[in-house]
Amino acid sequence: MRISRFIKTVFMFDFLRGLIIAIKEVFKPKKTINYPFEKGKISPRFRGEHALRRYPNGEERCIACKLCEAVCPAQAITIESSEREDGSRKTTRYDIDMLKCIYCGLCEESCPVDAIVQGPNFEFATETREELYYTKEKLLENGDRWESVLAANIKADNPHR
Amino acid sequence: MLKVKVNDIDIEVEEGLTVLQACEIAGAEIPRFCYHEKLSIAGNCRMCLVEIEKSRKPVASCAMPVTEGMNIKTNTKLVEKARKGVMEFLLANHPLDCPVCDQGGECDLQDQSMFYGIDKSRFKENKRFVPEKYMGPLIKTQMTRCIHCTRCVRFATEVAGVPEIGAIGRGEDMQITTYLEKAMESELSANVIDLCPVGALTSKPYVFEARPWELKKTESVDVMDAVGSNIRVDTYGWEVKRILPKINEDINEEWISDKTRYACDGLKYQRLDVPYVKKKNNFNKISWPEALHILKNKINSTNPEKVAGLTGDLTNMETLFACKELFQKVLKSKDLESREKNIYINLNSRKNYLFNSEINGIEKSDLILLIGTNPRYEATMLNARIRKSFLKNNTEIISLGDLGDLTYPYKVISNLTEEVKKIIENNSDISKKIKNAKYPLIIFGEAALTLNSSKYLFEGFKKFLKENNKINEEWNSLNIIHSNASTVGSFDLDIVSKTNETLEKIDNNFFELIFLIGRDNFSFTKKNEFIVYIGSHGDKGAEIADLILPGAAFTEQDGYYTNLEGKLQMAFKASYPPGKAKEDWIIINEISKLIDKDSMFKNKDELLRAMHNYLSSSKKDELSSLFKEEYISEKIFTLPIDYYHSNVIARSSKTMNECRNIRTKLKKTGTEG
Repeated sequence: MRISRFIKTVFMFDFLRGLIIAIKEVFKPKKTINYPFEKGKISPRFRGEHALRRYPNGEERCIACKLCEAVCPAQAITIESSEREDGSRKTTRYDIDMLKCIYCGLCEESCPVDAIVQGPNFEFATETREELYYTKEKLLENGDRWESVLAANIKADNPHR
Repeated sequence: MLKVKVNDIDIEVEEGLTVLQACEIAGAEIPRFCYHEKLSIAGNCRMCLVEIEKSRKPVASCAMPVTEGMNIKTNTKLVEKARKGVMEFLLANHPLDCPVCDQGGECDLQDQSMFYGIDKSRFKENKRFVPEKYMGPLIKTQMTRCIHCTRCVRFATEVAGVPEIGAIGRGEDMQITTYLEKAMESELSANVIDLCPVGALTSKPYVFEARPWELKKTESVDVMDAVGSNIRVDTYGWEVKRILPKINEDINEEWISDKTRYACDGLKYQRLDVPYVKKKNNFNKISWPEALHILKNKINSTNPEKVAGLTGDLTNMETLFACKELFQKVLKSKDLESREKNIYINLNSRKNYLFNSEINGIEKSDLILLIGTNPRYEATMLNARIRKSFLKNNTEIISLGDLGDLTYPYKVISNLTEEVKKIIENNSDISKKIKNAKYPLIIFGEAALTLNSSKYLFEGFKKFLKENNKINEEWNSLNIIHSNASTVGSFDLDIVSKTNETLEKIDNNFFELIFLIGRDNFSFTKKNEFIVYIGSHGDKGAEIADLILPGAAFTEQDGYYTNLEGKLQMAFKASYPPGKAKEDWIIINEISKLIDKDSMFKNKDELLRAMHNYLSSSKKDELSSLFKEEYISEKIFTLPIDYYHSNVIARSSKTMNECRNIRTKLKKTGTEG
């Protein structure tokens, strides 16, 4: 044992093996991506930035049941609700403090109408803290912007639920 | 006593109990929807099925009386299966709209289906739909959710005494309705919301406002009338979202009046949040130091004899006591008055101004005589007790003068004071009836005490009752219904001008400086007085004030209230005063600091100690009988009460306004009386 170890050391066997791997890799395609210009593939279950979705007819899905507010372990969600003129139950305020949020996905899990979802977007860093206090308008805007992806993600994940 | 076995535990229960009650005594929980302690037994939800030995089928425990030697089992396979089956049937036609239902989180059906139900539905057919019913401005209906427990129907017929809710149709087509789709004509109507085990009847003003789990719950006391119902105040942040009853068997049982429940939105509107001063007929906002400076100059430049104070109908006892000390020791004025009119009151003993028979006592009474009072509007919860007594004992109720619908039948006799004179002089049938009754109840209203011969009537009646042994250690049949929450408290603290002159002098514009401490009901017209208003709402008092110091409402400060029976109760702080408003006693204390360098009380504990000392020392429990006053023949009337507008909070409340509009419109149909 000691002799073989001695020979390997003298002939720099481990070193050479490493070198061979490195040389091999040079001829293989690149594994890194050129991040801001290229993006990796993410799972449909990815828990990124929140969005409030709408029905295809433009009606907002959220019915102010407040389950997400209740389930939120970081208590990042604040909802106020009231009766809308047409008698339906809707939120008057839907705030998420994205700084408090721990991106656990329980809000999405608890939502009975798939209104609040966590989309694939993770690039929402801001310069000030205030910009990360999301309001209902911001969340609905997110929903409108990402709707096609969000719908596709929910559809993709559906068989596993 | 009967010996029964519940889940192999031997217990002894009284005769006449139901199996469900026996199980409760044994500590075995039984799910139920239709059964309610305070209502008659219906037995139609079938949720309370239990197994009884030697019975071939499961038995509805709520409707089954206990018999000797019963062996009841509540935890067997059979019971479990029966509950699951019943639950599945109940859910067959129940829409699963919990996320949009206001009952969600405090729903009996939700809780019990989590506990006793099955997790999957096998019902593939179409669900039933029931159109919504109109039940007035307080009750929102969603009748598709109804499970036909008929609690609301039984409540309306039994407790409220207005059989206006009922069921039409059979089986699946059964619908609960108010028949003519009109507002329920009862002051207790909103209790059906609490009774409803599902979300079929929910609160209209509270619709979609909040979830039960996000509300802060504070147990408190109601101040809308003198009964002092026990309530629970639910707040979300600063805002009082709703008021619910708290069970107190001695006062309000499980119910509260609609005014108690829904006047709370008046706490949001018309609030005074900063001090104001009137300049050239305009109110200008000022800071506290400025306001107190103006007040200091005014007090210093006014002769103490020309200073008066009026305390209000919702003022708590701490504030009343602080006012008393302020007027006695600091301002050196004798003119502090809590009464709204010069009603006759004998402060020698507490028994002269209390509801001596106590609210529980109403239940055992066999004769009730109403003199100048309409309990339905002056003390709604007390009226519900009278109805209960009527149902239980078939109590004879006699009223001087026609009072309209009181929710129970009563005999009307002439409303002249001569009638009372005849009774006390033993010349009337009613005198005999009172003598023969074991527990008679004589109820004076405040209106009867405003009469010119009120002293004669009251003291005379007292003498008559004493002579006939109806006022004794065990039973005191002489009662007064006061209409305001603070009245008995102010009498306990002797805030009554001894000479009865204060109100007269105020009417004659004798004073130069008048403090209105939460007082909005007064009759004088302002001339040159400088009026300081301390209170929570911008109402009649603030309107004529020269200086407004913003105070707190009853939900925003800890405060004692004594109810009409003389029970001292505390309303706890559930929220905080808006803006720069302060708690009332602090304002009074600061005023005293302006004149004397040392404030009267260092903290609230000191105030409370002094107040309790005063309360325990000032009671003289003896009945003095004066019987020489002159008698004048006059009509006994009842106070014209604007029920939904009786105090500042109710007047500021949108819901109360709506109720008032609807009620006055109902009156105009011409179908009454």
